[in-house]
Amino acid sequence: MTLTLALQLCSVFGITSLLAFGGGNAVIPQFELLTVTVHHWLTAQQFTDSFAIAQAAPGPSTLIVSLLGFRAGGVWGALIATAAMVIPTGIIVWGVAKLWDRGHGEKVWRHALQDGMAPIAVGLILAGGVVVAQHAESNWVQLAMTVIATGILCVSKTNPLIVAVSCGVVGYVLGA
Amino acid sequence: MTEAVAEEVEAEKPPPHATAWEIAVTFNEISLSSFGGGLSAWSREMVVARRKWMDDAEFLSAMTICRILPGANQVNVAVFVGTKLAGARGAFAALAGLIAMPTLLLVGIAALYAAFQHSHALHHVLDGFAAAAVAMTLQMVWKTGRTTLTSIVPIILFAATFVFNGLLRWPLWWTLLATAPFGIAWAWNRAHRKALAVKAHAP
Repeated sequence: MTLTLALQLCSVFGITSLLAFGGGNAVIPQFELLTVTVHHWLTAQQFTDSFAIAQAAPGPSTLIVSLLGFRAGGVWGALIATAAMVIPTGIIVWGVAKLWDRGHGEKVWRHALQDGMAPIAVGLILAGGVVVAQHAESNWVQLAMTVIATGILCVSKTNPLIVAVSCGVVGYVLGA
Repeated sequence: MTEAVAEEVEAEKPPPHATAWEIAVTFNEISLSSFGGGLSAWSREMVVARRKWMDDAEFLSAMTICRILPGANQVNVAVFVGTKLAGARGAFAALAGLIAMPTLLLVGIAALYAAFQHSHALHHVLDGFAAAAVAMTLQMVWKTGRTTLTSIVPIILFAATFVFNGLLRWPLWWTLLATAPFGIAWAWNRAHRKALAVKAHAP
């Protein structure tokens, strides 16, 4: 790990994270441009594979940056890229959360913001679910699994982890 | 009627508190449970349903704020919840809990993936996980919808947001500009009337 590479990783992931309005996936094209075309840290195929792994693996999919950093500079590269991705934006969120909490006395305004935004958030969550389904669901087996799993989760208190593992097993059995 | 309203307003609970360790453990559990997606649904399951650190309205508004701010949404939500529970220490604990283990796992998985990437079985299992992640998201819509979509105005706001963002694919900013002013005006008006009702009822 040279100092130059460390600084490049900081600038690529630190600056890009501050432009990530609309979530981590919004800057995936920018990451591809910088890591594949500009810096040649990995090939386009390796980038696509990294994306798939980060989507399926546990944790936030934005941790694709760990894989990109790993390709660029091993374990240290992964750590620097990850820190650069989450720390600057984390500080901003921390500041906003403090301000938000300070408004605790202003009950009317707080309730207005909170209750007024809640139905909009539910709409955004449904929109996100539909968009993901359009990308990720390619056959009727998956669609049927989603419908059945949604029903089970809505009417019972089944642990979602059990439902997820069951879907993985059904996908394996019916797909194989 | 006014009595019920007064009770509801006065029954506001003291802000919850948790140690940095509890926060880190909880977000680690959220993170490791969410393979194949569904991270926001897991966050709600743990923060609202199990730990009862926030109610639905509070969690949903935190989510919306975190979407507006730059950065990865779920990372932002963790920092927001951590800050609310235990300040800067809480924020750091939530962040570390959310990303430490997955970062290590990812680097390990990346090495294994090279060997298995052409396996059809692996892809079928991943397809199953994807289906479950969508199901968790829809279940979250159902659960949060039941507590927040309780009259005609929120239902219209919900439907409009879904159509703009999910079907017409407007960017987040346009969607919020078109819906948030109405939502806040409606809720302000309602909260204001509630506050007046409480005042009128006070001795």
